Amino acid sequence: MLDRRLILNFDWPTLVTAFFISAIGVVNIYSSTYPHAGAATPLYLKQMYWTVLGFGLAILALGFDYRTFVRFAYPFYLFCLLLLILVMIFGRSTSGSQRWLQLGFFSFQPSELTKIALILALTRFFTEKEMPRGHGLRDLGVPFLMVGLPSLLIFRQPDLGTVVMLLAIFSSILVFVEVRFKTWAVLGAGVAALIPTLWLFLKDYQKNRLLTFINPDLDPLKTGYHIAQSKIAVGSGTIFGKGFLHGTQSQLHFLPEQHTDFIFSVLAEEWGFLGCFILLFLLLFLISRGLKIAKTSKDRAGATLAIGLTAMLFWQTFINVGMVVGILPVVGVPLPLVSYGGTALVTNLMGIALLMNISMRRFMLSP
Amino acid sequence: MRLKLDKSETPEISKAFVAANIVIIVAFSLIFSRLWYLQILNGEYFKGLSENNRIRIQEIAAPRGNLFDQNGVPLVDSFPSFDVSLYRQDVSDMEALIPALSRVLSLDPQRLRARLEGARGIPPHQPLKIKTDIRREELAAVETRRLDLPGVVVDVVIRRNYPHKNLASHLIGYLGEISQQELAMEEFVNHKLGYLVGKYGVEQKFEFELMGINGGRQIEVNAMGQKIRVLGQVEPDPGNNVHLTLDLELQKAAEEAMAGKRGAVVAMNPQNGDILAMASKPDFDPNLFARGISPDNWKSIVDNPAHPLQNRAIQGQYPPGSIFKILVAMAGLEEKMITPETNFQCTGVYPFGNREYHCWKKEGHGQVKLRKAIVESCDIYFYQLGMRLGVNRIAKYASAAGLGSPTGFPLGRERPGLVPTSSWKMKRFGVPWQGGENLSIAIGQGYNLATPLQIACTLSALFNGGKYYQPRIAQGIRAPHGEVLREYPPLVLRNIHISPETIEFVREALWGVVHSPGGTGGRAKVEGFNVAGKTGTSQVVQRKEGKPEPASPELQDHAWFACFAPAFNPEIVVVVLVEHGGGGGAAAAPVAKQVLESYHQRGKKAPPSPARIAAQPSAAGADEG
Repeated sequence: MLDRRLILNFDWPTLVTAFFISAIGVVNIYSSTYPHAGAATPLYLKQMYWTVLGFGLAILALGFDYRTFVRFAYPFYLFCLLLLILVMIFGRSTSGSQRWLQLGFFSFQPSELTKIALILALTRFFTEKEMPRGHGLRDLGVPFLMVGLPSLLIFRQPDLGTVVMLLAIFSSILVFVEVRFKTWAVLGAGVAALIPTLWLFLKDYQKNRLLTFINPDLDPLKTGYHIAQSKIAVGSGTIFGKGFLHGTQSQLHFLPEQHTDFIFSVLAEEWGFLGCFILLFLLLFLISRGLKIAKTSKDRAGATLAIGLTAMLFWQTFINVGMVVGILPVVGVPLPLVSYGGTALVTNLMGIALLMNISMRRFMLSP
Repeated sequence: MRLKLDKSETPEISKAFVAANIVIIVAFSLIFSRLWYLQILNGEYFKGLSENNRIRIQEIAAPRGNLFDQNGVPLVDSFPSFDVSLYRQDVSDMEALIPALSRVLSLDPQRLRARLEGARGIPPHQPLKIKTDIRREELAAVETRRLDLPGVVVDVVIRRNYPHKNLASHLIGYLGEISQQELAMEEFVNHKLGYLVGKYGVEQKFEFELMGINGGRQIEVNAMGQKIRVLGQVEPDPGNNVHLTLDLELQKAAEEAMAGKRGAVVAMNPQNGDILAMASKPDFDPNLFARGISPDNWKSIVDNPAHPLQNRAIQGQYPPGSIFKILVAMAGLEEKMITPETNFQCTGVYPFGNREYHCWKKEGHGQVKLRKAIVESCDIYFYQLGMRLGVNRIAKYASAAGLGSPTGFPLGRERPGLVPTSSWKMKRFGVPWQGGENLSIAIGQGYNLATPLQIACTLSALFNGGKYYQPRIAQGIRAPHGEVLREYPPLVLRNIHISPETIEFVREALWGVVHSPGGTGGRAKVEGFNVAGKTGTSQVVQRKEGKPEPASPELQDHAWFACFAPAFNPEIVVVVLVEHGGGGGAAAAPVAKQVLESYHQRGKKAPPSPARIAAQPSAAGADEG
């Protein structure tokens, strides 16, 4: 299976970049959860274990042709749906949402895995159903179902962030699979008509929640306060930052999700503009690399898969950082490879492994 | 399946790649320019804000809901008071602040210093409470000397007020600091350590209705911790009001009648189960808890041997004594063991086995029929009836009438009482039932146990036509502006099936207890109000025959009186238990009379109140017979 050409084409830059980003993550988790009091394993250590596991799985995944993964896309997708249903029934809830499945000594978040499952399933669908004259509305029924089912289940948890991610990934793939212009117009009109209709069905408190989501100033005691504190943390970092473990905002733990969704504010405060620049540069490198892999992949499956995975990395980065610096609404989207969270880390590393996989095999003939 | 091999890049796909690149470049440019704006253009400003946590949340407490009696009279309310806290991170010169602050608040500087030393472990950005409930003059002094007092803030705190002090304290309950377990609850998601929540009584039962939702202000302060501007504000959402079934005037009458005694009074509307009054003595003042109870006060309440926190109306279990004869008489008639004409001879003593059982009247009652046996509470009559019935047949009627199981009272840990049977005794003690025990059971002594509330519920059900209502404490919940949010309709838990002839015979006899010559309950007579009732005495110690009454007050018998009025269409049931009061007729009946008089006098003049939440009885509940 692994022949010489594979070794020659091994995508070192992608792997090394991913490694550095993960290392930045561990350092900032260390700082944001400092001091590590209590008997439980410190979170930065847990994240390190997950990183080792994630890279191990990624290397292992490189041994199989990515088309093998695409071949098993549907069973894997159904498996993820099943897990989501299990979460709904047996899930562990924290602060009001039910997202985790408890598996003995660790718990994991099936909604994260669903991102990869959706990308694989869409890849298989669009590689099998190529439309010379572009996809019409009727051809898109199955893909809509593919994104709709898990979105509904995840929305119920509720985990708005992941729903937004699934929709963003789906739309990005649509752009690349040749949808007829007329279909785009119909879709656009449909969405535009759907929003006010849904609004009528919402209860007052649900409307308030959505309005707050768009404009956090409406909730000055919670979300609005967090945004204000996040902006202060980011801004007060100035050019060079306050130094590792010296962020006043971070060390006083003003933000509730400091080691997960708001980890970028810790980096910005302690490492300043320079630190932000380095991390964003690394992420940008990974994303443009992903786009290049899509462009140069040898088949349609590889291209679609790479587009989906790159979209996943890009949208997570943009939405997360945009939220922390106060230009986007607050949705619970983690920063890829940096935020604390084992399932998200492994999912993103698997995504990167698939990208490398496509890149390595771009000159190979299919069996 | 086969995946297509060829990769044909159409012009559309190329365009998509261009579009993707543009999106990525725009997104990253946005982020970089935002970072430039925050960190480089405004970095110093944000650095200043971050130095002593200049953006803060100032809480605005939600007023807690009030409690009203059934006529809309407030039982509990709230009023604002002022607390002083200190943000230590704003203080540059603590040595200068300590004397200034202690002067303004008339505190001992040494103790203030010790308080600050003791708070070393608390992060300095968290406010530290210095003095609670300051006086108006102190408030004025703090406000005028703002500039000398960096980091000092005054918070408005809403305190609970119980204007009637000890009145109905077991029903109303009290507040206490939220516990760690409570903090973990979903309902308390917005609560913090140090908040007061209901811990007992209605305050606890209706906590989620009463508590409301706190509001707050997001404010920016200067380097001295003084407010510069308000960045955002959320108004608090006040808690809802609870309208109780209590009648304040009747409750007052019950409390006054029980003054200085130990025991309980329950007044109930037999037609719907409403608790009109419930007093348990000794009691406590919930105001002591409203500001966080002091350790001394708490100790004096908990260590009191009379257990003032115990609600004797639902947690005190006593042998029902002669009140139980009501049920034994009904069992005898229903089981056809006797008729109203059956005669028993009472000579004052009844030999059974190798023992002699006595009537409370030494010289005996002579020839006794059922009516006289009830009116004069003849023990010998009931010994003989008890022998005929046996314990299990008596238990059948007692259980059907609701004794031996909780009434469904919504507050506190209610005790179930006990209706003994022969199999119960075998299981509990491993000893078979003895014939002589039938005698004690028949006059309500022995293993029999009931709470005052159980007696009230049972009496209500027997004489209202057989409907056993769940005792109701709250009529409903109203929003602060008066809108009815929820109603708690009366609920029939079960029906009691006893023939009307039996009921009417016993009803008339109970009227006789109060009104006939020789009746034991004459002291409960209220002019113009047909009271029917039954006295009872529950023995504290099994007295050896012929021994005199024990001198020690702890060994005195408990006195019972249970009654309803008007006898032939009852509107009110009153049950009184006086611990160690002696005979029921002498000690308990006068208490009941005071309560009945208060009810009767007001009933003549008081028009129906408009504030009343109308509620119709609903006949839900199991038909258990």
